[in-house]
Amino acid sequence: MVAITFFGLLLITFLIGRIVPIDPVLSMVGDKASAETYEAAKIAMGLHLPIWQQFFIYLGKVLQGDLGVSILTSRPVLEDIIRVFPATFELAIIATILGVVLGIPLGVFSAVHRGSFIDHAGRVVGLLGYSLPIFWLGLIGLMVFYAHLDWLPGPGRIDVFYEDIVDPVTGMMLIDSIIAREWEIFRNAVSHIILPAALLGYFSLAYISRMTRSFMLEQLRQEYILTARVKGVPEWKVIWGHALGNCAIPLITVVALSFGTLLEGSVLTETVFAWPGLGLYLTNSLLNADMNSVLGSTIVVGTIFLGVNLFSDFLYKVMDPRARN
Amino acid sequence: MKRLLILACLVVIGVAQVAYAKTPKDYLVMGFAIDDIITLDPAEIFEFSGAEYAANTYDRLINYDVDNVSDIYGGIAESWDISEDGLSYTFNIRKGMTFASGNPISADDVVFSLQRVVALNKGPAFILTQFGFTPENMADTIKKLDDYTVQVVIDQPYAPTFFLYCLTSTAGSIIDKKLALSHEKDGDYGHAWLRTGYAGSGPYILKKWKPAESLTLDRNDGYWGEKANLKRVMIRHISEPATQRLLLEKGDIDIARNLERNDIEGLETNPDVKIVSRPKGGIYYLGLNQKNEYLQIPEVRQALKYLIDYKGMADTFLKGRMTVHQAFLPNGFLGALTETPFSLDVEKAKELLKKAGLENGFTITMDTRNTEPVPSMALAIQANFAQAGIKLEIIPGDGKQTLTKYRARNHDIYIGKWGPDYMDPHTNADTFARNPDNSDEANFKPLAWRNAWDIPEMTKVADAAVLEKDTKKRAEMYLDLQREHQQVSPFVIMFQDIEVIAERNNIDGFILGPSFDSNFYQHTVKK
Repeated sequence: MVAITFFGLLLITFLIGRIVPIDPVLSMVGDKASAETYEAAKIAMGLHLPIWQQFFIYLGKVLQGDLGVSILTSRPVLEDIIRVFPATFELAIIATILGVVLGIPLGVFSAVHRGSFIDHAGRVVGLLGYSLPIFWLGLIGLMVFYAHLDWLPGPGRIDVFYEDIVDPVTGMMLIDSIIAREWEIFRNAVSHIILPAALLGYFSLAYISRMTRSFMLEQLRQEYILTARVKGVPEWKVIWGHALGNCAIPLITVVALSFGTLLEGSVLTETVFAWPGLGLYLTNSLLNADMNSVLGSTIVVGTIFLGVNLFSDFLYKVMDPRARN
Repeated sequence: MKRLLILACLVVIGVAQVAYAKTPKDYLVMGFAIDDIITLDPAEIFEFSGAEYAANTYDRLINYDVDNVSDIYGGIAESWDISEDGLSYTFNIRKGMTFASGNPISADDVVFSLQRVVALNKGPAFILTQFGFTPENMADTIKKLDDYTVQVVIDQPYAPTFFLYCLTSTAGSIIDKKLALSHEKDGDYGHAWLRTGYAGSGPYILKKWKPAESLTLDRNDGYWGEKANLKRVMIRHISEPATQRLLLEKGDIDIARNLERNDIEGLETNPDVKIVSRPKGGIYYLGLNQKNEYLQIPEVRQALKYLIDYKGMADTFLKGRMTVHQAFLPNGFLGALTETPFSLDVEKAKELLKKAGLENGFTITMDTRNTEPVPSMALAIQANFAQAGIKLEIIPGDGKQTLTKYRARNHDIYIGKWGPDYMDPHTNADTFARNPDNSDEANFKPLAWRNAWDIPEMTKVADAAVLEKDTKKRAEMYLDLQREHQQVSPFVIMFQDIEVIAERNNIDGFILGPSFDSNFYQHTVKK
């Protein structure tokens, strides 16, 4: 099943990449190159072959972990992705933590106090987070907290003159600066990640709280809740122990999906914040008709999604005895 | 208590300002869209930002004065002689110079660098190979006479400035032979390595390139010429003009390179920032495909030239960024024609269309890339055309998309920008006024070819002009050529580019030259 999905993903991304009316050779040789230069590059890129042959060559290479060479960076695409991915990962992790830590209690409160002020406020917050374009929020955030209040630094992962001081170990600036004991840089990196992570966290919070609320409402209607209350179990234990405990399993899927979406969905946020991760890499590749990078990033994102789904299915089975059969 | 609170507030504000202010004193930090850089090898660089990088990190045999283009002076070459027959150029290399690696610069490096461009045959190779160099003959045509003398033999007695200007382009950069060859793989002249590496001798040296992210240059302390003032130049890729403006206003960058008109207007009132501008070589034009039945008609071509509100556009949304210019040589080039015979004249256009039997107008498409200011221009042109009954359908696309179509001659009208490759007038004459073979299989595909404009006669005139050695006479020839071209060609040339940048008030000496590869960081100071 996974193999078929993966094959489909490859085929579709490959076809889209070849159908778009953009000439990848042109982006390689430039507008003014001679006909011979152009032809030579075309052959070097294998674009003179029939399309099915190109696909199988590509497939063969991908299976060996070779995603081709990027036009934009002149380096293997896989190497590029490994280089830029930690920045996205770092951002997504922090955003997801924010989403979980704030989103689940908010969802629980909303469900318990259904119809109350907290519930309505929570739903408005959730709705806004779900419907406002995140890049727009990003720009507003920059205007307010950077331009006007001067509380936070501007776009980028770190102030420009701190670049290249810390050696990349994990590729994650927060961790690398701790390893290098460069506290000034750590502080700078923290201040830079606050705004984008808060925005993405808000997006994730909106989704998680909404789902938590509906799972909780369903649980609270169940008879065992009534039983527990009748038996005199304290109310906090009924809610946070029994009801939420039974929501945990579907919530894992929700959190996993939200995390997957953050890994891939932060394209616009990364562009607004000049955050050098996978999203920005993908945007730049698209704008430069760098098809190998576009295909490579799409495959990586697709694979992550597949992986996240598989992982949450696996957890499901571990935690819920009913799913094992 | 109240006083304590105020004090606390002041401390917080102070800390915040110290924490987020501002660029270090010996750094130049620049916001610039540099995602067009795909290679750092001067034999391959053919993009705007890449060319600027090479101009600041590599030396060339010769240079020209950015304020007086006709003043050509020595770089790596101290002096040069041209033989009587105009075919042989002898360059005397300055002694005592070294590359950033510490290797001395000698005739071997010069010969290697030029031969390398020919042998690799990448995008910009034609700038040299148009003088008849081939991988087969380059051992004889580009050779060392002794350790500090190089002789180059070209195939025809062109105007000397033509060849010299070509040597001032990126393709003429001098590369450290020893260093490049130490990274050679399968006889690639070190190309694979140099695409991301550095082997030059310029005032700045490459520290780090993160594609589409940042470019860091450090001062070359061993530079043979006048050393750069600032220790480091950091260029940060920021594609959003609004973000660049924000960063500039906050002092997080010193120079913003890609601003839109409204950003510039907004910055004009900011006392911390100054706006600097300089006319560039870029030309905006319409290309009218001669494969189209309407556009073939000479009266229609003339009519369209009268259906553009040149002045209106230049005075409104293009203000400060473009000047009206209607000939293929940009102002500042030898023989540039500054006459602007066309202006919006709907009546005249209608008359011409009537003569062509098209008094009711016609419908036509225009391929338009979707980056400003091109879409705004397209909309203005659409409205002007409509006044004479011509229905213009705009087909938007991104740069690579529209270009692919244009290169295949599948457009009706294409609205585009052309930047000259070197400072000699032949660069634009070659593309706008020459088309040796109009067949679909042609090898040489200049802009005249892309618009299917068959001009054997004009090609001959352009060929004669590049051979003329008398500079004054040569300029006359180009003026005549442009006057004719202006009237009959399928090109509606409209504007010449002006580059506008905004810099913090404490920045001085950033040089904006006349071409995209003559912007220099070396003399920049921070007060």
